[in-house]
Amino acid sequence: MTPEITKRQINVPVMADLAARNESPEILFWVGCAGAFDDRYKRVTRAFVRILDHVSVKYAVLGLEESCTGDPAKRAGNEFLFQMQAMQNITTMNGYGIKKIVTACPHCFNTIKNEYPALGGDYEVIHHSTYLQQLINEGKVGVTGGESFKGRRITFHDSCYLGRANNIYEAPRDVLAALDADLVEMKRSRANGLCCGAGGAQMWKEPEPGKKDINIERTEEALATLSGAAEALANLGGVETETSAPGQHDLQGSIIAVSCPFCMTMMSDGVKNKEQENRVQVFDLAELVASAEGINA
Amino acid sequence: MLEHIIFFLLLVAAFGFFAWQVRKIRANILVGRERDMSGHAAERFKKTLLVAFGQQKMFKRLTPALLHLVVYVGFLVINIEVLEIVVDGLFGTHRFLSFLGPVYDVLMATNEILGALVIIAVAAFWWRRNRTKPVRRFTGVELRAWPKLDANIILYIEVVLMAALFTMNAADLKLHQLRGQDLPGTFPISGLLTGLFPANESVLHLLERVGWWAHITGIFLFLNYLPSSKHFHIIISFPNVWYSRLVPQGQFSNVESITNEVKAMMDPSFVVPPAPTAPDGSALAPTPFGAKDVEDLPWTNLLNAYSCTECGRCTSVCPANLTGKLLSPRKIIMDTRDRMEEKYNSPLIFRPNVYGEEAKHEPITDLANATLLRGKVTPEELWACTTCNACVESCPVNINPLESIIEMRRFLVLEESAAPNSLNVMFSNIENNGAPWAFSPSDRFNWADDLFAAEKSADNVSREVSPR
Repeated sequence: MTPEITKRQINVPVMADLAARNESPEILFWVGCAGAFDDRYKRVTRAFVRILDHVSVKYAVLGLEESCTGDPAKRAGNEFLFQMQAMQNITTMNGYGIKKIVTACPHCFNTIKNEYPALGGDYEVIHHSTYLQQLINEGKVGVTGGESFKGRRITFHDSCYLGRANNIYEAPRDVLAALDADLVEMKRSRANGLCCGAGGAQMWKEPEPGKKDINIERTEEALATLSGAAEALANLGGVETETSAPGQHDLQGSIIAVSCPFCMTMMSDGVKNKEQENRVQVFDLAELVASAEGINA
Repeated sequence: MLEHIIFFLLLVAAFGFFAWQVRKIRANILVGRERDMSGHAAERFKKTLLVAFGQQKMFKRLTPALLHLVVYVGFLVINIEVLEIVVDGLFGTHRFLSFLGPVYDVLMATNEILGALVIIAVAAFWWRRNRTKPVRRFTGVELRAWPKLDANIILYIEVVLMAALFTMNAADLKLHQLRGQDLPGTFPISGLLTGLFPANESVLHLLERVGWWAHITGIFLFLNYLPSSKHFHIIISFPNVWYSRLVPQGQFSNVESITNEVKAMMDPSFVVPPAPTAPDGSALAPTPFGAKDVEDLPWTNLLNAYSCTECGRCTSVCPANLTGKLLSPRKIIMDTRDRMEEKYNSPLIFRPNVYGEEAKHEPITDLANATLLRGKVTPEELWACTTCNACVESCPVNINPLESIIEMRRFLVLEESAAPNSLNVMFSNIENNGAPWAFSPSDRFNWADDLFAAEKSADNVSREVSPR
């Protein structure tokens, strides 16, 4: 018999309400467009809010006042649109006196952290992988009491805008290490990580003609790494691989961990393309932590 | 005496001609847009020490790193002997540095061993490039005709220079042995070669002179070949690393002129700073947004182009290139250099960098209008980039192809409105909905509806919960 689960509704605090009460939050959670609109990444947003709620940190979101950081526009060369968006967001955030921002999107993270200062927006910006690592290190999140990941094979796909762009490689790995899972590294990882194919505004367009889609190449590498299929790994490098060669490990229950909404889409699509979606799941760090902590409802 | 005068004239001619070529390259680089790279001397010094002198980024791939290290250290150490040759040539001394005694022994022995290792490394390099199935990064559309030949010419010259050095040393050694004299220095490799030389004093003397002259004139010629060649990296990669970007790789440059416009739009009281004027006070032609041609790029990107040794590490890690797209970061850098030489100074004795017919490139007739963008780099290449920074990360001399790609994208979007249609849709979504997708802005906060968390209490710690 399943024990009774007590559910508690979370009313996400909105910045405008806090300001009306003359309060200021410790952190502003920047949700990002994918976190707000993309059905799959909304689940990550909700998982992360559960964690924020669980550790009783005083946080707030901008809600309807949030607007695209302008990252896709800037990467696509539309500097004018980028700056319009940036100025609008900076005006909003400076109006509220925001000091510290946490976001689950590496693209928002990079843009606000590195490109807003030149336009008058100076904040302490941290990515949720770093924030989760801090919570775990401080003992605020014990990653116990929920689903056990002990012994499950997990491989972490580095986001370009977290890794090479901002040199954050260890925080997400430390978070995964806390899960006590069997962490396996792809050959192309950390500074040598292969892009999922979505950056630089590729997310919103069809790829140029080529031999293969980038997310397929990356997914094949992830699957071959998880299953330990040396033969399939050797065949990578832009070549269309015939079948997923059998490996030493059963893929069932394996996880590809990501820390970026676009990587999430690309890797999930890749897993579906390889018809492994019933065996391999793609999760964001926040989802894994929330389930390990047992706070999903 | 005549010999000394000839040597002196040769020396002056070699360095004079080289300086003349370098001035033209400098002028080419300075056609680029201004960019303030001053300050941060300590950080730049450290970076130069690690990345340029220390070859830090080469060691991501061990085999080529070790081979390259041999040639690099050989180049540095053998230059000490070149110094000796120059002094000997000018003043008629013989092995002027031999007063160093035991230090000279060590120096000569090191030279000889490095010289032999250089020949082995060069042979390995040649094999990696010229075998039936070369290392992948030594292939590609941009490595045709001249760049391919250039790479081999460099290897051949290095072997010839080393052969000349060994001829000189071995002949000198045998000459001294025949005369029962002691030659200063220790020669572990030439000592093995003396058996191949005739036991005839005048022939040995001649061979020693031939080796000596061949080595030094070879170096003078090589020096003047450098500006025409990718091998120029042995000089210019040092300033290139010095002027590296020091900000996070994810940070793209800000366009000041646009900032002024946007500020003026949002705040009517904002006073737009006056546009820069020419020294005589007349208005300058407005500079375009982004880059259409080489002079629209910051000068550092042009310095990048001259620092490229076409190794292809960038292209070999580019996700777009790996999966068969047209984009090759190396090609963009090489195109930039070729375009500079086509449009501005060709600093060269000859103009090898313009693609020849062998490159199956339409001959460019309208030089003024065959800009970098479209003339050489196609929009298809630019739009394939995922801005993942793999190329930037991989470059051993800190070249940044991504900056040039973004500058050209800016020109396409802001000056020509020539973005792919789907990206224009994304732009208008951002403008209208504040999100790159076509969602209603009023739905932005719907994710927070019906959000529940499980109460953590002692009763239900062992639940099975799947992530959702």
